[in-house]
Amino acid sequence: MKFEAVIGLEVHAELSTASKIFCACATKYGAEANTQTCPVCLGLPGTLPVLNEKAVEYCIRAGLALNCRIADFSKLDRKNYFYPDLPKAYQISQYDLPLCRDGFLTLASGKRIGITRIHIEEDAGKLMHSPEGEGFSLVDYNRAGVPLIEIVTAPDLATPEEAVEFLEKLRRILIYLGISDCKMEEGSLRCDANISLKPAGAETLGTKTELKNINSFKALGRALAYEIERQAELLAEGKTVKQETRKWEEAKQRTLSLRSKEDTQDYRYFPDPDLVPVELDQAYVAAIAASLPELPEAKKRRLIEEYKLPEYDADLLTGSRHLADFFEAVLKDYCNPKAASNFIMGELFRLMGEEGLAPEALALNPAHLADILRRIDQGELSVSQGKKVFEKAFRTGASPAEIIAAEGLRQISDEASLRTVVTQVLAAHPQSVNDYLNGKTKVAQFLTGQVMRETKGQANPQLIKELLEEELAKLRP
Amino acid sequence: MRVSEEEVRRVAELARLAFSEAELRQLAGEFNRILEAFAKLNEVDTTGVPPTAHVLKVKNRFRADQVRPSLPRAEALGNANAVKDGSFVAPLIME
Ligand SMILES: [Zn+2]
Repeated sequence: MKFEAVIGLEVHAELSTASKIFCACATKYGAEANTQTCPVCLGLPGTLPVLNEKAVEYCIRAGLALNCRIADFSKLDRKNYFYPDLPKAYQISQYDLPLCRDGFLTLASGKRIGITRIHIEEDAGKLMHSPEGEGFSLVDYNRAGVPLIEIVTAPDLATPEEAVEFLEKLRRILIYLGISDCKMEEGSLRCDANISLKPAGAETLGTKTELKNINSFKALGRALAYEIERQAELLAEGKTVKQETRKWEEAKQRTLSLRSKEDTQDYRYFPDPDLVPVELDQAYVAAIAASLPELPEAKKRRLIEEYKLPEYDADLLTGSRHLADFFEAVLKDYCNPKAASNFIMGELFRLMGEEGLAPEALALNPAHLADILRRIDQGELSVSQGKKVFEKAFRTGASPAEIIAAEGLRQISDEASLRTVVTQVLAAHPQSVNDYLNGKTKVAQFLTGQVMRETKGQANPQLIKELLEEELAKLRP
Repeated sequence: MRVSEEEVRRVAELARLAFSEAELRQLAGEFNRILEAFAKLNEVDTTGVPPTAHVLKVKNRFRADQVRPSLPRAEALGNANAVKDGSFVAPLIME
């Protein structure tokens, strides 16, 4: 039997506010354990949370970018469960009145993936389990109270590839919005997946499992592919899928049962009496809408139309807002978009890869790249010289003019002086000249090399070729 | 609606509370008297009345996104039963 997969995602993104969601502790990643805590985020009795206005604003930004309806009335609720990463024994989250509902994100195929809801909540602390047998965990509450948004999709995804594309697109949007750095390796973007199978074309849904511990895009694709295979095998044998939570084991590339539905918690949600409701007026939401940056998809379309870039280039360049901004800044001083794009995708990507540099950390002055590209076009620098100057500018921040002067790099395009060098080279290599005149035209390459050597690689290769041909023709008997 | 001792036991488990059989019986009785009082409230016609999210009329209390100093670590850990490597020590609960 053929099966179709039905997949939904629950994505958590840490918001990049300076302070936590309900207290003034810093949210900086990587600080020493328990140095970013206070009575509020430690859950000490008698303390009161006060909502960070930025967390609300950022959630609304996400909601607007994902075509959601923004609530006019919203509140915060307590989700009760006992686990050492949660000092209060409840997490402040949102239950029935989330800030955003009913949005969508469009995949490249044009398929719309529904966004059921987006709400704000606080992150939990971090546990470090002791080596086996010692029986304790170390708890760091620095992360407790860091603001999160949880984005829940409708079960509209049909393949692991769609799920990965969705998550990549979503990540790009959140980064463009400037509301989360979305680093999966640091846990600032996390993803759980719900998946069930049904016979192809069937209406009713099968039993779903929930997949946790997915730590990369690759892991998301693999965990879903594994689970599709596992469930299909069970169903093909006439067995049933158990509704349960399963953990992706990266080392073994498989999912493993974590807990079954019978153990499922009753979270006993109720409105948090410590926090008053949020009422949003339309002007406030409209002001946020007006402040949204151009989003990745729109930017990509514009690069294609405005600069006549191939889709491939536009997609790579809009992979990061910083990179796209850099590209457009180069074009302020340089008028060939495709040449600029080629140079960025080739040389800049290569150097960034070598340095392990994220586009956000790029400090290169776009005017410098424009300057180099112009000098190449005007024949003042050869392409390889241009690359050399670019690498220096990338590493040192010096301007191309400074680098060219310091290195004595300049393409000799002055015909008279280059012709002198050519005639000197021909005079010095009579055998090669003879060979050439006798039809072994391949020696032209050797002669070009000699001219290059004499000029320390600074001669314009096109001009050498022309001058060599002219001078050799003169020697023909 | 009435609750059984079994349901009281379940709620106690969720709240990590332990009770004797006698206490469970007593609590079930008390719960049921409370629920009877709510049943009375349920007789009120609430058509068109929005659910109460908060008993206060106050709304929109926010703080600006500004960092202030956190507690010194020694103070943060001051009430812990056990401390190791600057962290709270908790019993191992594996997920
Ligand atoms: Zn705090």
